[in-house]
Amino acid sequence: MTDLTRLSAADLAARLASGDVTSVEATQAHLDRIAAVDGAVNAFLHVDAEGALAQAADVDARRAAGETLGELAGVPIAVKDVITTRGVPTTAGSKILEGWIPPYDATVTERLKAAGLPILGKTNMDEFAMGSSTEHSAYGPTHNPWDLDRIPGGSGGGSAAAVAAFEAPLAVGTDTGGSIRQPGAVTGTVGVKPTYGAISRYGLIAMASSLDQAGPVTRTVLDAALLHGVMAGHDPRDSTSISGEYPDVVAAARRADVDGLRIGVVTELGGEGFQPGVRARFEESVELLTKAGADVVEVSLPSVKQALAAYYLVMPSEASSNLARFDAMRYGLRVTPDGATPSAEAVMAATRDAGFGDEVKRRIILGTYALSSGYYDAYYGSAQKVRTLLARDFAAAFEQVDVLASPTSPTTAYKLGEKLDDPLAMYLGDVATIPANLVGIPGISIPNGLADEDGLPSGFQLLAPAHADDRLYNAAATLERLLEQHWGGPILAKAPELEATR
Amino acid sequence: MSEPRISRDDVAHLAGLARIDLSEAELDRLGAELPSILGYVAEVQAVAGDDVEAMSHPIPVRNVFRPDVPTPSLAPADALAGAPASEDDKFLVPQILGED
Repeated sequence: MTDLTRLSAADLAARLASGDVTSVEATQAHLDRIAAVDGAVNAFLHVDAEGALAQAADVDARRAAGETLGELAGVPIAVKDVITTRGVPTTAGSKILEGWIPPYDATVTERLKAAGLPILGKTNMDEFAMGSSTEHSAYGPTHNPWDLDRIPGGSGGGSAAAVAAFEAPLAVGTDTGGSIRQPGAVTGTVGVKPTYGAISRYGLIAMASSLDQAGPVTRTVLDAALLHGVMAGHDPRDSTSISGEYPDVVAAARRADVDGLRIGVVTELGGEGFQPGVRARFEESVELLTKAGADVVEVSLPSVKQALAAYYLVMPSEASSNLARFDAMRYGLRVTPDGATPSAEAVMAATRDAGFGDEVKRRIILGTYALSSGYYDAYYGSAQKVRTLLARDFAAAFEQVDVLASPTSPTTAYKLGEKLDDPLAMYLGDVATIPANLVGIPGISIPNGLADEDGLPSGFQLLAPAHADDRLYNAAATLERLLEQHWGGPILAKAPELEATR
Repeated sequence: MSEPRISRDDVAHLAGLARIDLSEAELDRLGAELPSILGYVAEVQAVAGDDVEAMSHPIPVRNVFRPDVPTPSLAPADALAGAPASEDDKFLVPQILGED
């Protein structure tokens, strides 16, 4: 019998539709896989077996009754723990929210439920999505399924590892500076940050409101498109939700034809600081796309040089404001300091010291500095100007080309603990992903091979203009097909088998 | 271009503004880490000319109003379910004003 956990979401969906398998069977198979391997991977903070099986049984009953269902109905999914799920614990990887049971669903959660996707559980992440390695989770790091001693990327390392370890065919991530795409790159999976505002932020616990965007985490480009289609759409509860026409990303993924597509290789993203194996795989991928008919040129985005600095001002500034809501009054942890009758302010300060981890404190202090009187113009104000310069660079580039390409991450997965004591070194790993967030454009990362020096996955990133997410799916699906022909199968077939423990 | 300077006392002041009761060890560590991070991010000042407008939001948006239709809101019991303390359908909080 086929191992249901090894199927793509699209293939599993086809078997569910044909009646070959039930959603209860598929969901149980993934719950069994989680039980077998998640002790080693730690991708999940909470597994909701009962809820997932109930949702699966409901879909099976509706299908049996002849109801018309969405394409992904019955395919189980994992959800990053930064997205609220009614009645299911949501911590955002923080001690300050330990044990919190949200009284409402995020719009993303509502859409998944409406489309009939059983929610297996909540995935591990850097606290409040602050980090690039999942080591800043208050509940211990997630381990990369390719090498358990290495990082799975971050902040959404749990979602990427869950998909890479066949614990879920699909997962939801969020991407503020690369938190979907970089974990995708280092775990050999697919991750997409859609156009800002394409997927509602309602119920997404905010880090940086002008940068945060939810998106799909999957093993194939088509699966990502299918999930993107389920989650995207205007939401009146999110004032920054975009309206109007949404591109047909599923059709684009199925088209997979780059003949005549103009691709710009970003000069500033690929030279110094990029691991040789990552560069080699990137050049091969560009060669494959060229042979498939794409017109490849080099494009310069000069302001990319300041983008990382701008990001590490804008993001902490917005985060320091957003995290002010954790005040120990309405939800979450409350720590009362010693003393006869401590004030609300003293309770708040003691709670935030006890409830926030090191990276969160670092960013709140940095953001508070950047926004404080006397420094605002020089730091936060200047960073906002860099955003404008970067947007101009991208606008000029997209007059010449349809999509831009670069490696997703400068390196493959590094060892757990390697960059924990050097925050700036860890921040530098986001250099290729953060420009998209600063200007709101969509980006995708797909696996494009293993680096020769360490045998670990590298990622290929494509960026497109805002609202043109379909271009990413078309080009990425083409490259995926060409690479899999070359490899003789999906990249994850090369990953070591995880030892199952029961 | 201003040189980023941040002392341990500055960190203590910022922690007060941010309402985080940082320990002495945390103040020491952040006081040591922040100058290098600030030194790096200060490079934005080199290119941010007076003629460049600031961008606060990546996709142009204007204020939107949805139809003024009443919709159900959270029931008091749901809203209070996660509260550290509550009483009579209200959040119970420590005293707001100090003693002095």
